[in-house]
Amino acid sequence: MSKPLIRAMRAKAIACAAAALLLLASTWPAAAAEPIKIGFGMALTGGLAGNGKAALIAIQIWAEEVNAKGGLLGRPVQLVYYDDQTNPSTVPGIYTKLLDIDQVDLVVSGYGTNLEAPAMPIIMQHGMTMMGLFGLAVNDQFHYDRFFQIQPNGPNAKISSIEGFFEAAMTAKPTPKTVAIVGADAEYPKVATEGAREIAKKLGLKIVYDRSYPPNTVDFTPIIRSIQAANPDVIYVASYPPDSAGMVRAANEVGLKATVFGGGMIGLQFAALKQQLGPMLNGIICYDLYVPEPTMNFPGIKEFLTKYQPRATEAGADPLGFYLPPFAYAAMQILGEAVEETQGVDQAKIAEYIHKTAFKTVVGDIRFAANGEWAEPRIIFVQYRGITGNDLEQFKKPGTAVVVAPARYKSGDVVAPYTEIKH
Amino acid sequence: MRTATFWIIAIAVGAIIFGLFLLAPNAYYFSAGFTVLQFVVLATAWNILGGYTGYVNFGTAAFFALGAYSTVVLYKLLPMPIPLMVLVGGTVSGLVGLGMGYLTLRLRGVFFSIATLAMAVVLQTLITNWDYVGGSRGAYILRPQHTPLLGDFVPYLFLIMLVLAVVAVAIARTIERSRLGYGFAAIRDDELAAEAAGVPTLRLKLMATTLSGALMGMAGAPYPYFITYLDPASGFNLNYAVNSIAMPLIGGMTSWIGPIIGALLIGSIQQIATVTNFFGGNPAVNLLIVGVLLVAFVIIAPNGIVGLAQTWLKPRRR
Amino acid sequence: MAISLDLLLGAVVAGILLGGFYAAVTVGVSISFGMLDIVNIAHPAFIILGSYIAYIVNTHFGLDPILTSIIVAPAFYALGAAVYQVYHLVFERRGDESLRGLAFFFGLLFITEVGLILVFGVDYRFVDAVYVGTTLHYGPIDLPLRMLVPFVCSMALLAGLQLFLSRSFIGRAIMAVSQDSLALQLMSASPARIKRIAFGISIATAGVAGAFLIIIQPVEPSIGRDYIGRVFAICVMGGLGSFPGMLAAALLLGVVESITATFYGPSWSPAVAFGFLLLTLAFRPSGIMGR
Repeated sequence: MSKPLIRAMRAKAIACAAAALLLLASTWPAAAAEPIKIGFGMALTGGLAGNGKAALIAIQIWAEEVNAKGGLLGRPVQLVYYDDQTNPSTVPGIYTKLLDIDQVDLVVSGYGTNLEAPAMPIIMQHGMTMMGLFGLAVNDQFHYDRFFQIQPNGPNAKISSIEGFFEAAMTAKPTPKTVAIVGADAEYPKVATEGAREIAKKLGLKIVYDRSYPPNTVDFTPIIRSIQAANPDVIYVASYPPDSAGMVRAANEVGLKATVFGGGMIGLQFAALKQQLGPMLNGIICYDLYVPEPTMNFPGIKEFLTKYQPRATEAGADPLGFYLPPFAYAAMQILGEAVEETQGVDQAKIAEYIHKTAFKTVVGDIRFAANGEWAEPRIIFVQYRGITGNDLEQFKKPGTAVVVAPARYKSGDVVAPYTEIKH
Repeated sequence: MRTATFWIIAIAVGAIIFGLFLLAPNAYYFSAGFTVLQFVVLATAWNILGGYTGYVNFGTAAFFALGAYSTVVLYKLLPMPIPLMVLVGGTVSGLVGLGMGYLTLRLRGVFFSIATLAMAVVLQTLITNWDYVGGSRGAYILRPQHTPLLGDFVPYLFLIMLVLAVVAVAIARTIERSRLGYGFAAIRDDELAAEAAGVPTLRLKLMATTLSGALMGMAGAPYPYFITYLDPASGFNLNYAVNSIAMPLIGGMTSWIGPIIGALLIGSIQQIATVTNFFGGNPAVNLLIVGVLLVAFVIIAPNGIVGLAQTWLKPRRR
Repeated sequence: MAISLDLLLGAVVAGILLGGFYAAVTVGVSISFGMLDIVNIAHPAFIILGSYIAYIVNTHFGLDPILTSIIVAPAFYALGAAVYQVYHLVFERRGDESLRGLAFFFGLLFITEVGLILVFGVDYRFVDAVYVGTTLHYGPIDLPLRMLVPFVCSMALLAGLQLFLSRSFIGRAIMAVSQDSLALQLMSASPARIKRIAFGISIATAGVAGAFLIIIQPVEPSIGRDYIGRVFAICVMGGLGSFPGMLAAALLLGVVESITATFYGPSWSPAVAFGFLLLTLAFRPSGIMGR
């Protein structure tokens, strides 16, 4: 080889070595800090995927923000998650894997009552603190003191998350006297319909139809027909997104007649179903957590949504993000604060801290009751009206989902009967 | 080898296996081992009816789930030590096996198989509509604080399943070498001829279905404690059927060792796939593995690995 | 709950429409199992495959599902012929017992299902056909087009097949091979070729039935399992190899399922089909109109 060539090669070699050393030096501190692993199962496919994916984005936004500021206690946050396919039987396996193989430091639940409850025995076995992302009265059967829940159900979740519906229904004219209660044969709808039954009895409503259907039902026409045959004034449905959609479609196909129709139908809050069903939603009274009505403007929420919406649209998740994402983000805020303030990942200390602290989050101030639920419930009920066509922009403005209960956030009166308002 | 000797050797092997697992670095090994051993029992049990007698049972899940659900009932009604629950589960499933045998006694070949499928769905529907065990909502089992014998609960479950596996294999081998086994083989080869020759085919078939069902029920009994959440959809899943048919077929259906080989092979592959998140950790991958292996073996090596080994070990004729 | 006549009438009508669809689902097995003695337990998997193909074409090109299925029917025919070829070479020529064939198709069922899960995921898919959502009302009777159109097309499919089998040369050869394969060979026709054609037709009908399915209800990969029992129940109840019997059994099953769902709740419906099957097998294995 010629001399100039050798010199050139030597120079390049020295440059490379220098670059490598610099690189090593810059990564050294980060490599030394062990990440804090947060593990969870999440519905990325299946019936709840619409909001499962949305929750994941919200959690990812939080993790990125935290890591940009140097992580928790100087350690980067690492998310370890698996798709639970909205199938409860995958959940025990997922959390066993997270805790035994992946050795995560903190756990969060999946999305939904059906997916949260099956994790509880494993979580309790390992003594982990569980931050629940939306579930109805999950802790009522486990009485676990390290369980928390970010959906604003209130300590008596079964009742307080449902009574608004009946509160609004009873204002309809003519005053309802009979009620039909229907729900899927799964954890959430079972608990919800129990609550509905109790409330109906307290209000003196006669229950003329009270049945459940198997979770994988796809044909709801026989069910709607049976309900119609009983001629109820009020129809309360507790369902998951595929069933909610099926019920609404069947109601349209059969031409359902009632004074009030709706209830605890999960999925109607999601952008995907709003788009799919469009005007079929008109008249339905359904629960919700946040709608852009003037009575619900919490500090920080508009900023979060601005960050969330473009990312979600790109990722194919819920583009509106009104339902789960702000709360998932708030849940992580709480968990992160607890870790920082207790200076570690000791599950008992974290649980203790969360129990006794009032937190400020993007969904307002949160305090937890002894059973892990919100000390003060904040479930609202909205009535859909004036929806035309299938575009989503109309939902970003007030007027399409008017809050009819509770009184504190009310922005309009119930319009009845359901049959009239539809057309 | 005499039967008594075999039992002793089997127990010794079981003890060695347990010892090895105790040295494992991670609690998860016991979980994985539990699942694989469960398949050993299911495959061996299926083979008694399928391989020895020639009747293909698609309803494995039903017997398995009945064992699991009898545990759920006992858990809510009258908690007792798990070994006792195993016996109860086995009895329930055995009785159902007997009943199924009576119902399907006249059916041959594929009609029997379809009937087993039908029975499984009917049982699943009954359980789904039974609110006491949770129906579709499912049932939650909290493991007791105090574990008998060992420190943690999962090793205890593993031990139970290991004992069951040893017992099942020993029973299978004992049958194979006994007059009962010859009777089964006669039925498998030509049932009409066997009947003509005086073999009490009905009685033998009933014994096969009862025994097979009972063992499957016993395999199912510890399951709720392992999984902590049981719902009919997962308990009665058709996946159990395909696994319990594929494993004996791949291992070799004519011998007691075939189901073990098949279960160990396929079970281990599935566990490795789960742990290494092959294909993103999608549980459907386990089904793909067993489906592909099943089709491959049924085309290429219908006598299973045992059959292949026998062919290779046969002395060549010149 | 009072049994209202309107409700009963509605349930019966819905059941008849459903039964017609079940007939289309089963006709393929009527051919493969009833006539060729091949236990194609993977038939529902091919139906679901047909549903997904209809879904893809509908989503990307907006083409009507039934139209799609007719266009891709030759592809399904080819698939069926290929599957039969493998089955024939591996099993029939060797004269193996039905266990191996059964296991083969069982494995195919799972491979197809998992393939669909890995490609499409477990989410429910549905199509947007022009007539879905429209319902004809005649007094107390509702005829949703989403059920009526598949029903009418099923009847057409059945009628077409029946004509083909009884009038055309190949059709009659198929019926011949199902009755006496040796005689056919003696007449120097090749039974294997005839069977291949028949099996191909069987799978082609599965593709078409898949399009019907996704019009009637949302589809996800594992719902094929619900149809295994239904299909064989109808086949056995109707008597193997008899189309009129199969149709009667399908309609009967549809009506009973519908009435059960309406009056006792949908959670009892699966037990209906399989309960019927068990009873038929136990007491009258030759079926309603069996030979």
